[in-house]
Amino acid sequence: MLNRYPIWKYLIVLIVVIGGALYASPNLYAPDPALQIAGESSGTMIDERLLSRATTALDDASIAHFGEIIEPGGRSALIRLEEQETQLRAQAVVSRALGDGYIIALNLAETTPDWLTGVGGQPMKLGLDLSGGVHFKLEVDTAAAIERRMEYYLNATKRSLREERIRGFVGLDGDRAVLGRFRSEDLREQARSLIADAFPELLLDRVDEEDEFLIFARMTDVTVDEIIDYSVSQNLTTLRNRVNELGVSEPLVQRQGRNRIVVELPGIQDTAEAKRILGKVANLEFRLVANADAPAAERQRFEYRSEDRQGATEYLERDVIITGERVSNAQASFDQNGRPNVQISLDSEGGTLMSRATRNNIKRRMGVLFIERKYRTRYEMDENGEEVAVKVPYDEKKLLTAPVIQSALGAQFQITGLDNPLESSELALMLRAGALAAPITFVEERTVGPSLGAENIRLGVKSVQYGLALVVLFMVLYYRVFGLCAVTALTANLVLLVAIMSLLGATLTLPGIAGIVLTVGMAVDANVLIFSRIREELGNGLSPQMAIHSGFERAVATILDANITTLIVAVILYAVGTGPVKGFAVTLSVGIITSMFTAIMGTRALVNLIYGGRRVETLAIGRIPKMGDAA
Amino acid sequence: MKIINFMGKRRLAAAFSVLLILTALGSLAVKQLNWGLDFTGGTLVEVHYADSADLNAIRSTLADGGYAGAIVVSFGTDRDVLIRLPDGYSDAQGTEMLETLQGASGVNVELRRIEFVGPQVGDELREQGGLAMLLALGLVMLYIAFRFQFKFAVGAVVALIHDVIITLGFFSIIGLEFDLTVLAALLAVIGYSLNDTIVVSDRIRENFRKLRKAEPLEVVNISLSETLGRTLVTSLTTLLVLLSLAVFGGEMINGFAIALLVGVMIGTYSSIYVASNVLLSMGVSKEDLMIPIKEGAEQDDLMP
Repeated sequence: MLNRYPIWKYLIVLIVVIGGALYASPNLYAPDPALQIAGESSGTMIDERLLSRATTALDDASIAHFGEIIEPGGRSALIRLEEQETQLRAQAVVSRALGDGYIIALNLAETTPDWLTGVGGQPMKLGLDLSGGVHFKLEVDTAAAIERRMEYYLNATKRSLREERIRGFVGLDGDRAVLGRFRSEDLREQARSLIADAFPELLLDRVDEEDEFLIFARMTDVTVDEIIDYSVSQNLTTLRNRVNELGVSEPLVQRQGRNRIVVELPGIQDTAEAKRILGKVANLEFRLVANADAPAAERQRFEYRSEDRQGATEYLERDVIITGERVSNAQASFDQNGRPNVQISLDSEGGTLMSRATRNNIKRRMGVLFIERKYRTRYEMDENGEEVAVKVPYDEKKLLTAPVIQSALGAQFQITGLDNPLESSELALMLRAGALAAPITFVEERTVGPSLGAENIRLGVKSVQYGLALVVLFMVLYYRVFGLCAVTALTANLVLLVAIMSLLGATLTLPGIAGIVLTVGMAVDANVLIFSRIREELGNGLSPQMAIHSGFERAVATILDANITTLIVAVILYAVGTGPVKGFAVTLSVGIITSMFTAIMGTRALVNLIYGGRRVETLAIGRIPKMGDAA
Repeated sequence: MKIINFMGKRRLAAAFSVLLILTALGSLAVKQLNWGLDFTGGTLVEVHYADSADLNAIRSTLADGGYAGAIVVSFGTDRDVLIRLPDGYSDAQGTEMLETLQGASGVNVELRRIEFVGPQVGDELREQGGLAMLLALGLVMLYIAFRFQFKFAVGAVVALIHDVIITLGFFSIIGLEFDLTVLAALLAVIGYSLNDTIVVSDRIRENFRKLRKAEPLEVVNISLSETLGRTLVTSLTTLLVLLSLAVFGGEMINGFAIALLVGVMIGTYSSIYVASNVLLSMGVSKEDLMIPIKEGAEQDDLMP
């Protein structure tokens, strides 16, 4: 008998739809407004006593709250609030009650029941345009990173030539090459083998001039790319650490393109504070304190940073041993004599460099420089003859401390000789927060207010509802019972779309909602194709069962072709698009896939259930074209 | 079934399309697009007044406050105001501006949204958007050429370019702001128009194989007539939901909805007239479609 699905096909459709409903359901549970309490430094633990201080303060201010919980690990705690409006006031109350040293962040606590979370159910994440928050786009100054590396090559070359007593002139040639000039070919050859051993990644070129022998040590494109990649990924890590200081729930720190980093902070409204913490351009340098007899060209004078040692200075060597980005961890503690110190761990390359530098310099002192990027304002005339302010960045370098090297240092060592515990904890914090491998600039900044976000959701949901209602009305009027089947499939399609988006952890944005609305409109296309085929076949005189069968079968090839081409477009959009384009592409591609399933298998299952396997005289599919009549 | 002689008016349609494209290109050249913040760079601030806002008062407040070249328009309601500043950005500009406005007005002013975008991002986005479109077109052409035949690929891509240019031209003529969401809409137009064109092409291919004696022009007319019902119904349902989006979706999504509304209408027209017209001009014949024998066999298998 025609048009009867085997039981397993019905089961597949049923299971998919029920599964879809299950995984879409977390979105029905509206999150509670909440406060998140975390320590300012990562070592701070949150205990019951602290939590009760916070809740007592809330009680005193008569702000309704519930479900207080300390997160596993004890690093943060969550207090749920009854009303959204009290969130800001509650934040102020709690931060006053706890005092400095804690970050009180506005948060949204999920209310998905445990059994749903247990099977992997979670609501869709909302983009900033729907939840409110700040979006920053930062650009990493990769040119500065390259420049810094060239300086390192230059200094290292100079030093090893000096150590081997090879006389010659060494300088920079452009921004990509170190240039060496020598009196004899023999000297140049010695220099060449030195450089080749130390830096195999450099490309060496020899040029002979009248009475001089030149060598160019050039950075290859591969090396340059490596430096750029390294500096961007290092900055990414550092920014992540800094974002954690803000205590935001679900922040996003993501690389975009060659040298851009996107930071999204949902729920944050205080952009000034966020920018201050993110943009804190600071770095550290470890350099040896210069010997008294060092030539003036090889040493540099620095002031101490701390107030107590105002005016005191120290001469340091020009060569940098390592910079702050090699530090993987730092902890303030005390040595066996009870004096404050800082325990430092370096990454492997940092460890090698450090041990090489310290092995021969025991009993000498090592200076720790703190470098901060600051801006000077200069006024210039622009092309219209108007005076414009130009901000010129410069690095301010000050000495933090200059302890004595007690033994050869490796990847793990400690800095002692610090004045007080305050100094050691501050130094540890600076080292741990990490330093930027290259300066960053803010190229884009967007803030969406929370009320606007909520309104965007409201309007989005409303337009989906009305759009769906209009389609339902039209389809049922035009295709009768078949229209009803299509509409049921369409609804299932929406549920599946939401379920897959939730499962994928995709972020729903405003253009994403627009994508869903468009999917509603276009998803019926597959059904329309099938139904108009069935009408045609009926018009050609086929029996109802034959018409259903052939209508479905023949429309499938067309549906596949049409949808695959659209899918190609959606996938490309996702690959190259950013922001709204990406959000839209995700919903569109998921929508295309789910609509193919619901339109082909879902509708068929329904139609089969209603009409299949029995004698049917007529089909309720609207007007059937007769010969000589338009479809 | 009544066969409508669509292709009888193919020259007229071609003239119409060329006219539309020339108008669009002309406007794009002369008036250009009203690039949104994403492309030009600058600062955009949306504020919400507790009471209805006086735009002129806001303008003069801003001019006095040293914000030169500020464009102030109402946004949706009379309480929501959108302020656009050309380049020239300082860290605290948004909050500062809010304070200025708050000071000048007697009511509460709420900052709803602030966006600062450097112009450099704009250049890159323009490149990236253009690249995305070219790539999409290229791959689509490959797929169609592989599944159908080269002439169909050309037809579909010409139809796509036709739709995109005319939709862009519409934005240029009306002066609607062209931002990233509108770009997303434009790419959706590509998807929609393609969907439509493929359905028609599919029927043309089928009919070439089925109606062996018919002339190409006849085949195209028959195919268009057969699919007309479906084309119109799909356009209608899509337009219905887009209308709902335009009316209820809020200001931020308005440009998106309008772009799609125009795009879908143009796309519907182009799937009937442009793609098939190109096919006929390229002299499509049933021989073109007889080559992939394997595919024909597959098709037959699908029939009962």
